Amino acid sequence: MNGASCAAKISTQPFSLNPTSPTSHDNPLVSPKPTSLFLGSTRKLRLSSSSKLNLHRRSGTVVAVSDVVKQKKSKSTPSLLITKEEGLELYEDMILGRAFEDMCAQMYYRGKMFGFVHLYNGQEAVSTGFIKLLKQQDSVVSTYRDHVHALSKGVPARAVMSELFGKTTGCCRGQGGSMHMFSREHNLLGGFAFIGEGIPVATGAAFTSKYKREVLKEADCDHVTLAFFGDGTCNNGQFFECLNMAALWKLPIVFVVENNLWAIGMSHLRATSDPQIYKKGPAFGMPGIHVDGMDVLKVREVAKEAIGRARRGEGPTLVECETYRFRGHSLADPDELRDPGSHLNPFFSQVQKCHLIQCRAASLAAEKAHYAARDPITALKKYLIENSLASEADLKAIDKKIDEVVEDAVEFADESPVPSRSQLLENVFADPKGFGIGPDGRYRCEDPKFTEGTAHV
Amino acid sequence: MAAMFQGVGAAAALSSLHSNSFDSKNFLFSPRRSFSVRKAPSFVVVRSDGTMNLDLNPEGRRAQQFIANAVATKEDISAASSSKPGHELLLFEALREGLEEEMERDPRVCVMGEDVGHYGGSYKVTKGLATKFGDLRVLDTPIAENSFTGMGIGAAMTGLRPVVEGMNMGFLLLAFNQISNNCGMLHYTSGGQFTIPIVIRGPGGVGRQLGAEHSQRLESYLLPIPGIQMVACSTPYNAKGLMKAAIRSENPVILFEHVLLYNLKERIPDEDYICNLEEAEMVRPGEHVTILTYSRMRYHVMQAAKTLVNKGYDPEVIDIRSLKPFDLYTIGNSVKKTHRVLIVEECMRTGGIGASLTAAITENFHDYLDAPIICLSSQDVPTPYAGTLEEWTVVQPAQIVAAVEQLCQ
Repeated sequence: MNGASCAAKISTQPFSLNPTSPTSHDNPLVSPKPTSLFLGSTRKLRLSSSSKLNLHRRSGTVVAVSDVVKQKKSKSTPSLLITKEEGLELYEDMILGRAFEDMCAQMYYRGKMFGFVHLYNGQEAVSTGFIKLLKQQDSVVSTYRDHVHALSKGVPARAVMSELFGKTTGCCRGQGGSMHMFSREHNLLGGFAFIGEGIPVATGAAFTSKYKREVLKEADCDHVTLAFFGDGTCNNGQFFECLNMAALWKLPIVFVVENNLWAIGMSHLRATSDPQIYKKGPAFGMPGIHVDGMDVLKVREVAKEAIGRARRGEGPTLVECETYRFRGHSLADPDELRDPGSHLNPFFSQVQKCHLIQCRAASLAAEKAHYAARDPITALKKYLIENSLASEADLKAIDKKIDEVVEDAVEFADESPVPSRSQLLENVFADPKGFGIGPDGRYRCEDPKFTEGTAHV
Repeated sequence: MAAMFQGVGAAAALSSLHSNSFDSKNFLFSPRRSFSVRKAPSFVVVRSDGTMNLDLNPEGRRAQQFIANAVATKEDISAASSSKPGHELLLFEALREGLEEEMERDPRVCVMGEDVGHYGGSYKVTKGLATKFGDLRVLDTPIAENSFTGMGIGAAMTGLRPVVEGMNMGFLLLAFNQISNNCGMLHYTSGGQFTIPIVIRGPGGVGRQLGAEHSQRLESYLLPIPGIQMVACSTPYNAKGLMKAAIRSENPVILFEHVLLYNLKERIPDEDYICNLEEAEMVRPGEHVTILTYSRMRYHVMQAAKTLVNKGYDPEVIDIRSLKPFDLYTIGNSVKKTHRVLIVEECMRTGGIGASLTAAITENFHDYLDAPIICLSSQDVPTPYAGTLEEWTVVQPAQIVAAVEQLCQ
């Protein structure tokens, strides 16, 4: 793992694609009148593009994606990217994510949690690499694969596990579930079940940050928002609409694509005309970066630059993290399409199956093995030990500590009460007058028997 | 989205009032008057109490014989204009006034929508606000309803109080994902952690030959969404009051305006006031039958009321204003008094506001009914372009009169 010079290379080249001056209109203390602030694109319309076109034919296999950004090995002694404390923090966060998700799987099959549960195993480097750089006031918006984003942002494991068990002590009082993790305290703005629908919400949070600085004159407000979403989402309209608006208004947001190559059973290559997602950033006027999402230090370096850009008011960045999920799409997904030995693949006729499965089997097996060998936790562990940042004993101590945290979370969730009937109608409205006026002239919410009733109006 | 043009509201109001929507025999002004000879720009103005006069041309004002109705608004019908308190304005100006006052009062209130800023809004509701408050507070968005509505929701969750405008309510169909999934639900799924004090507003309803897609009534599509409130304004007074109340509310509120009502004129108070979001408005107390209506149909009902009074009926007209939740107190008291209910709405028959209201009244006040509830709705057809066909899709005053006569047999 040599992230130092590679990360530096990534950050300089694509950023220069943005021709606008970074500080042209972001100094609220100087601008005299609101209307003099031009809110919009300052790019000139060019008839012929002078940018370099990628004329190489796209390879059909997966390996080509990671080769897009060539790594230059540093000749000199590599300076370490992290201190010991940082290293241990990153390790602990990734171990927490992994252990928690493994426990979720156990609990699911034991009937403690239900519905759709999407696990993050294998992708920990992205969550840890980005979120550990944030302040508490920065916001994170996620998707249904949100447990580990919540944990990285600081939501206690107890609160997340209780939520998954549907208990009233969960972070959302048991009302959200696996796909709707929220935390006001930690500025986790969800948890969304439909892909893409969190991206506009993230754009709104970034808009608020800019509004606070420029309209409300909170000059030190530099809150950044991170929007996490997958490769499948990058074909959705909301993605493109928000790239446009974020770049147009230079919103302090980073769009983080967790490209794990599969959208349930749909391979990214079968769904996307140009699978190189990072290239879509410059089309909207923001830098697009591709990074190895299995390497937490590389992700962290890129994240530093992208988050820094946003904080300085220079606008959004699109970061594509190449990563992989070791498990199926959800705990209900038998993961047979990626399983080389499956005979249940419905897309092949009997005749085709034997031939095609053999060919596909080879490449799918290679894919899984390829990423398993790049387990981000194993890689970080190796880095820490090889660079004498931590000993085996240190890391084992962390493993043990996290095991206890996760066990404690399960215990806590088990012992927590389930929501009572009276909780059903709370939180439908922030102002319960919204339930209206009943036939007796009183607001329904004032009726003490209201909680036993129904919510229809 | 198709091109929208300003002034369509004024022209539509003018022509519809002149020709088809109102039965001109019942009006005491001459239909032979030619509008083209006017020197000053003028337009027919329908006052919120259902009376009508011609504006800016004193010679043209005929002595109106008003039915002596008590009206819920603070109008003094016969007094001279100069000594009356308050100020006169048009409905779209009332909306703007309400919005502007709230923006002055709270710096977190902001507007987002297409052409709300530099263009001033396609119906001029936000005219002048961008110059006053800046491009960030009155944000011109690209044409991406789903995303900018979601952006409004995200902004609301993080401390702002956005007012999102749909240039036409029909365009908000593209924002259905955000309105249904996020606007209504996030307060609940977050366990009460995040509030979404957003106002989503825009003009809808059947206009003047705007075609099927620009003539939609979204109130019936959005009605079942849990966690939102819906109100419909119909007069300058309640437009300003509801706008202010909606902005101040911690709940997400959808404010339905109507394309044909933007040029209604009324005298409204100078002082600060709001209209309660959950209450209905008594337009005309009566004894024989309860007529429940909202938005533009209120004027068709009042038109029919004149005929009914001349025929000896005494209808009670209630503008329900709050489409979700229903004000079952005001409605219930009326049902208990008259025992007969007629609902007049512009929604389509199937699954409309009227359908839901019929169910609510039947459930709660069945014992008080002397006759089955009659619900007059628009036809279940895409609104045709042709004027004659369009006229037949919505409820006309003659049908209202016939329905009351049937109810009171």
